Amino acid sequence: MMIYADNAATTKMSRTAVDAMLPYMDELYGNPSSLYAFGQEAKEALEDARGRIAACLVCEPRELTFTSGGSEADNQAIRSAAVLGARKGKRHIVSTAFEHHAVLHTLKKLEKEGFAVTLLDVHENGLVTPEQVREAIRPDTCLVTVMYANNEIGTVQPISEIGAACREAGVLFHTDAVQAAGHLPIDIRAQNIDLLSLSAHKFHGPKGAGALYARRGAALTNLIEGGAQERGRRAGTENVPAIAGMAAALEEACAHLTENAVRVSALRDRLMAGLSEIPHSVLNGDPAKRLPGNVNFCFEGIEGESLLLLLDDKGVCASSGSACTSGSLDPSHVLLAIGRPHEIAHGSLRLTISEETTEEEIEYLIEAVRDAVSYLRSMSPVWRDLESGKAPHII
Amino acid sequence: MALYSEKVMDHFRNPRNVGTIENADGVGEVGNAKCGDIMKIYLKIRDGVIEDVKFETFGCGSAIASSSMATELIKGKPVSEAIALTNKAVAEALDGLPAHKLHCSVLAEEAIKAALKDYYDRQGVAYDPAQFPDCAHCEGCGR
Repeated sequence: MMIYADNAATTKMSRTAVDAMLPYMDELYGNPSSLYAFGQEAKEALEDARGRIAACLVCEPRELTFTSGGSEADNQAIRSAAVLGARKGKRHIVSTAFEHHAVLHTLKKLEKEGFAVTLLDVHENGLVTPEQVREAIRPDTCLVTVMYANNEIGTVQPISEIGAACREAGVLFHTDAVQAAGHLPIDIRAQNIDLLSLSAHKFHGPKGAGALYARRGAALTNLIEGGAQERGRRAGTENVPAIAGMAAALEEACAHLTENAVRVSALRDRLMAGLSEIPHSVLNGDPAKRLPGNVNFCFEGIEGESLLLLLDDKGVCASSGSACTSGSLDPSHVLLAIGRPHEIAHGSLRLTISEETTEEEIEYLIEAVRDAVSYLRSMSPVWRDLESGKAPHII
Repeated sequence: MALYSEKVMDHFRNPRNVGTIENADGVGEVGNAKCGDIMKIYLKIRDGVIEDVKFETFGCGSAIASSSMATELIKGKPVSEAIALTNKAVAEALDGLPAHKLHCSVLAEEAIKAALKDYYDRQGVAYDPAQFPDCAHCEGCGR
């Protein structure tokens, strides 16, 4: 038995996506850049995929550039806005403290190149406000980049309002929508989004495919030089099968978006209620303004990696923001950004469920986590000190 | 390939000598919750021999396994032998640890030594302080 509760890491490919890919890995293997009809068949598949993805996001097909995934799209979006800004002498970027590393590390590099970066506080509830963005915008701001939904704690940012604030100020607005696409409604036009990144494998598509939306007029800078693929904005032969799979997966996810969100959020709420009964636990992120499938808790007195290993033994696939799982000395920057102290952040658990999760699985998850937490606490000197009153409980 | 060896997983899943000892002859605690690892060792010593040893650990899988293995390695041994326990011996007995987890075995060695130092202090036994390095060499805690 296996319960997959790590859908924010990756998702199972949908049958529709697999079926859409197979022909292009099999008999229709032509290169879309080739002149002959066989190559042009692949080209048609590519353009068909672009059109279908554009329809899901409410943009024009030509505004989409296919990439290798979300990280590349984030890198290219930010780099491009920086180049456009620098031309006008604008070298200030506004972002948030809990962006994905694809964004934060790109910003770090730009700082070394002379850009100034303002990272907005995300508060204990994991939300930024449009007012914060308005106040942070300076005359030399060239870009605001705020993620649509956070990958660890699932909080959904007020993207439409931030988009309006940026449009008003005449500043480019990028959103990393990797966790949102296919799960939350996106309307690029109505939300005043100038740049948007997405990744296929987060909505039941294949790994290795993503897309970058860039509003017409927002010129992209190449990260990869070479041939003239993607209208010269991204060299390299397109990953036709993966792109076909991405379009099929996104279309399917968007067609069922509302019903999925309703069903999955009900399961999420049951999971959150069950886990909150564990003493000295705390939910991370706003309880309501969060992705339908995201649950993230901290448990006092235990460490997250050992929790994951115990859950793995019980057939549960989950993730944690503890330092031991990150390969660094510090726990998750997201949990630190919402103000969790280090010792609490080490005891975090992220469970991200999907449309395929059942009610029985939710009950099993609650029990499995409860048992594992209480077992680890029984051997924890930290927990002993907390329980004996030698140290005060923080949560 | 699995993250940990079978031996590590065995000691993580079925840790030996978990618990506390009432009226222990030596107690040592090392690490820092901020870093994500704390180990506490309790010793019962009779006639210079480690008669019983228990541990409590807050930490990752390899921290729990390292504590478990370290207690196994010193149980029933004379104090003079226990004090010579190295992190390398703990890691080797576990069939190796991933490079970024070696500090867990260091912590286990230090926890044992801290408990023995406590025993010496209580007994008024003279010792060379150089035998007991503090954990300042670990950049993790920043202290």
